[in-house]
Amino acid sequence: MIEKALKGSTGYWVWMLFLLSLMGVGALSYVQQFNYGLGITGMSRDVTWGVYISQFTFLVGVAAGGLMLVLPYYLHNYKAFGRIVILGEFMAIAAIVMCLMFIIADLGQPMRALNVLLFPTPNSMLFWDMIVLNGYLILNILCGWVVLHSEYKGIKYPKWIKPFIYLSIPWAISIHTVTAFLYCGLPGRHFWLTAILAPRFLASAFAAGPALLLIIAMVLKRVTKFDVGREAQDKLVTIIGYAAMLNFFFLGCEFFVAYYSQIPGHMHTLDYLFWGLGHGDQVFNNLVPFMRASVIMGLTGIGLIFYSRVKQCDGLLVISCLLIFISFWIDKGLGLVLGGFVPSPMDYVTEYVPSFQELGVTVAVWATGAFILSILYKVAISVKLEKEA
Amino acid sequence: MDSKRRDFLKIAGLTAIAGIAAPSAFNTLLKGEALASAGPAASGHGAAAPTGKRYGMVIDVKKFTENPGLAEQCVTACHTIHNVPDFGNKKDEIKWLWVESYDHVFPEHSQDKRPDGLKGMPILTLCNHCEKPPCVRACPTKATFKKKNGIVAMDYHRCIGCRFCMAACPYGARSFNWRDPRGKDANGRPFIKAENPKFPTRMRGVVEKCNFCTERLAIGQIPACVEVASQAKGLIFGDLNDPNSEISQVLKTSFTIQRNPAIGTHPSLFYII
Repeated sequence: MIEKALKGSTGYWVWMLFLLSLMGVGALSYVQQFNYGLGITGMSRDVTWGVYISQFTFLVGVAAGGLMLVLPYYLHNYKAFGRIVILGEFMAIAAIVMCLMFIIADLGQPMRALNVLLFPTPNSMLFWDMIVLNGYLILNILCGWVVLHSEYKGIKYPKWIKPFIYLSIPWAISIHTVTAFLYCGLPGRHFWLTAILAPRFLASAFAAGPALLLIIAMVLKRVTKFDVGREAQDKLVTIIGYAAMLNFFFLGCEFFVAYYSQIPGHMHTLDYLFWGLGHGDQVFNNLVPFMRASVIMGLTGIGLIFYSRVKQCDGLLVISCLLIFISFWIDKGLGLVLGGFVPSPMDYVTEYVPSFQELGVTVAVWATGAFILSILYKVAISVKLEKEA
Repeated sequence: MDSKRRDFLKIAGLTAIAGIAAPSAFNTLLKGEALASAGPAASGHGAAAPTGKRYGMVIDVKKFTENPGLAEQCVTACHTIHNVPDFGNKKDEIKWLWVESYDHVFPEHSQDKRPDGLKGMPILTLCNHCEKPPCVRACPTKATFKKKNGIVAMDYHRCIGCRFCMAACPYGARSFNWRDPRGKDANGRPFIKAENPKFPTRMRGVVEKCNFCTERLAIGQIPACVEVASQAKGLIFGDLNDPNSEISQVLKTSFTIQRNPAIGTHPSLFYII
């Protein structure tokens, strides 16, 4: 079945070469980082996690977002998702691979990564994250591949795969819950120390994951004959719209608790992210434009996505999905992780700006994800189109 | 045997196995946590009955105000014997023991009105060697762990450099080797000015912090900073669980404060302001 990825149009090969070149540039950056140490990044003693860990956090959400397709299709027998569900599972594979790459990129001693297995430490949330992420990766490879291969052979998927599919549903929830627990169990960080963090992560995941999927589906509709279908598209709009609204409801709850209680520790990071934090005679606000843009884009996206359904307009749908995806990428892929470090436990404010090499590695990991996704989607779509022809 | 009965037996059997195995598996998993959250104090409101040694320190800040420069001498002694590198910039900074102002050591004690004397008071800051250390809970490899004598220690050879402990530490006590501490700067000046062969240097990519001079305690010496401040009696070090120790006596007779006590880490450091 994999041979389908080796036959493609010129456009396909140009796209793959483009991704490979990005991966090459990033690999050079990583070699520099490997030789010099993490000091080559913008991270510092006060801001100890940067763009790597924040990308990892966001991508866990993208992976978990596949649940919004698997659950209706397999649990509620919602047939309209028949063509798109495989895209969700394969997107989860690519996203998890990116997550794991970002974690490795962030380690000071990557050669010792297996110490997490050699000295299993159940009281560490990172240990559990390792288990749920790798488990979810295996589950999605297994379920996605077996189901698609059966389709390739022209038979119904074997019965034994069903339990694994059912298991992947709560497992998807677990990956984002455990990832939230990395942050919300730390006693000295007010911004993260909130019970609503895991629900917030899940809400944004269930919007951002399917939004990315719809964007890709619309692109595929243009460049291939593969159409996920109007009904699936419309149903996803409902899912994305409501999940995005929930995310903003949760964000609003955070604002209420901080600003109504007036507890300084609760307000500081929100001040820093949305208004600028005055500290001494300086004002720190390098994330303010991003965070404000995130809110505006997210809210506009919600309005627009429902309007696009009324108008049945694919162009509007893509724009609204892009707005929602970028909004949540800023919210989780920038603000959440970086904001947690401001102010520091000793009440200092240190701002973080990623370095050139750090961005190179980041782009390369995204390119690797896109590369894997392209191969998987090429296979899936070739099989689907072949069977339908 | 009809199929329904067979199914029932299968399910019953599986349930029984799960029922027997689950509690023991659960206990095994929780063992690690039990170590990290030391003792019965974890659950109740009352103080736990002390068992074994628990090293602690009282920092008498007044003594450091009376002896200008003393705090800096303590820092130098610590950093020299522990081969703490000096990179000359804040971003890469590594520190085990350092001097801070009151505002930064006790940001949660932010009274509007305070005595003028607090300004410029040199307050020594170091790892709090918490009784319930969040860093130990967070570490995914047990590279940072709590010793029986209460010291929160590190294994630099096991640390993978994930920096989860740095996010977890509520006192900002941990530093990361962002670059090779054994190296030299552009002018050829080594980051470790004079290497002490009795203590290991670290490699890049691992976290480090104050170890309460475990290596000196092992050969019957007191921590280096305590030794430097001994004449002025600025630092009192000893066993918090021994009611007759000097530190216990000081804690009984003087009013001390601790950093961020509300989060329940139970630091082993006490401050007389």
